[in-house]
Amino acid sequence: MTQWQGQLIKIDDYRWKIPENYKTGMRVPGLIYASKEMLESLREEQALEQVVNVAFLPGIVGYSFAMPDIHWGYGFPIGGVAAMDIKNGVISPGGVGYDINCGVRLLRTNLSEAEVRPRINQLINALFHNIPSGLGSEGKIKISQKEMNQLMVEGARWAVKRGMGFEEDLDVTEEGGCLSGADPSKTSDKAVKRGMPQAGTLGSGNHFLEIQVVKEIFDPHTASIMGITEIGQILVLIHTGSRGFGHQVCTDHLRIMEQAVSKYGIKLPDRQLACAPIESKEGQDYLAAMACAANYAWANRQCIAHWVRETFSGIFGKSPEKLGMRQIYDVAHNIAKIEEHTIDGRKAKVCVHRKGATRAFPAGHKDTPRCYLEIGQPVLVPGDMGRCSFVAVGTEKAMKESFGSTCHGAGRVLSRGAARRAIRGADIIRELESRGITVRAESVSALAEEASQAYKDVTEVIEVVHQAGISRKVAMAVPMGVIKG
Amino acid sequence: MGIRGMRRTFEIIDHTADVGIIAYGTDIEELFCNAALALFSLIAEPESIQEKSHLDLRVTSDERDSLLVEWLNELIYFFDAKHILFNRFDIESLTQNELKATCHGEAFDPIKHKIKRGVKAATYHMLRLDKNNDGYKAQIILDI
Repeated sequence: MTQWQGQLIKIDDYRWKIPENYKTGMRVPGLIYASKEMLESLREEQALEQVVNVAFLPGIVGYSFAMPDIHWGYGFPIGGVAAMDIKNGVISPGGVGYDINCGVRLLRTNLSEAEVRPRINQLINALFHNIPSGLGSEGKIKISQKEMNQLMVEGARWAVKRGMGFEEDLDVTEEGGCLSGADPSKTSDKAVKRGMPQAGTLGSGNHFLEIQVVKEIFDPHTASIMGITEIGQILVLIHTGSRGFGHQVCTDHLRIMEQAVSKYGIKLPDRQLACAPIESKEGQDYLAAMACAANYAWANRQCIAHWVRETFSGIFGKSPEKLGMRQIYDVAHNIAKIEEHTIDGRKAKVCVHRKGATRAFPAGHKDTPRCYLEIGQPVLVPGDMGRCSFVAVGTEKAMKESFGSTCHGAGRVLSRGAARRAIRGADIIRELESRGITVRAESVSALAEEASQAYKDVTEVIEVVHQAGISRKVAMAVPMGVIKG
Repeated sequence: MGIRGMRRTFEIIDHTADVGIIAYGTDIEELFCNAALALFSLIAEPESIQEKSHLDLRVTSDERDSLLVEWLNELIYFFDAKHILFNRFDIESLTQNELKATCHGEAFDPIKHKIKRGVKAATYHMLRLDKNNDGYKAQIILDI
């Protein structure tokens, strides 16, 4: 792989700019959140060139952003954020990704490490059994075409209405677990056929379910409002998305966008950036289909959270309420949202693409849940299975600078092939066991692709967004049990 | 990987978060077959798939390189939605914008088939389809 030779201008220790004149056709500069140490490895792949390519898109305002967990994707980099003016901007399915509304949900418990550790094997085995995860596995819920249509429109509420979870879960889910504008008629028969049997499944790849132990609390007051009160407290993190349904929605609409690019005379440096004006039929159709997939993902995480609660309840012999299994928050990290932001002192509606990036709204914002109005919207940043994960909150600075966005995770450094050649799945299980982390995986060989060594250290990533001020770290937790699809 | 006799069929290449395929063919039909074989070699062990049933597919697109992407996406759909694994492809006709093929394989059996990984989609990212003196060569990046 050739080194990226472009120009990076230092703004401060955590911000770097790719000037607008780096390439003819860029409409805005690039803004990279990274430490000096990260820059060297960033230059080793073409992710920064993808930041440049995104800056070509019509209607982009402010900057083409890269979060510190940026890595090479297709079209947009993963860890990329771009806001487009709603009147003359474009929407790009590649700026959302195939796994529409891939995201994370965090549950708290009243349980302590001392109570859970003696039963961790039993618990992980029961969760592995109760939550369909791997390939070819079908959901425990069988849904008809009519129910699928309801699910696409209602999102997480669809599951809550069927007794899976609590009304309060919706209050602490981004968008209340339901993106408006979903229109099932804009999704294909193929997407529906892929989606129906996969509702309520974890999936494979980097998706997981983790039982975590709180290791550090940086801001006790903010943490306590989220229900994180003690070192040693048990949390559960769920990471999954819209499964084959979202993948097919993206595939279908990319094909439509390919034609829209020539129809609207849009010039692109990369075909995978295919897009259409937000206000065009193609743009609106994609947004309506994307909302269906986003809602499917929220329903999916809602079902899985319900089975997590049921499983804990069965093992510890207490109701989920008695176990204090409240949801802390649920965030999307692959999505495009129409939001109001202040640009050059004026309020404007923009379409914010977040691909491998998380919304980070501040205290007092109208879309921050009421219970978190004082502290800001929780931001959930999972690391790899051998290290740790962070809980943070959104800030005013993020609102002013990055369209209310921050990082989403660790970010890959090794390709899947390189990870597999360097590490054996069976060795990882042994190594993690020796450190007190129990792992169950559908595919042991695929486990190597998700090893710690394949990822950046999430601690460095969170430090950058914390120091840059676009989020504020609150707590850190380490894994005790991991399920991989 | 993918060497049959002396003739190159396909290679698997690295891409940070995803995986790529380089497929070869002395003619365009062979290239499309090899790209499909490469795809299923990523999903399962090819030796574990038997020819028990077949499916006739028709795929259309505006250009030949996007036809290749559509072809792989059609196969991904049949695996993901219908759980069918394929191991042989007969191309009946192939023009600039239409492909007709009979695909042979069998239904996924969790006891018999070890699934290596899921594939979300074939992308247009870094897509290449070239003709040279030896025949055809294509590069496709898959989202994993």
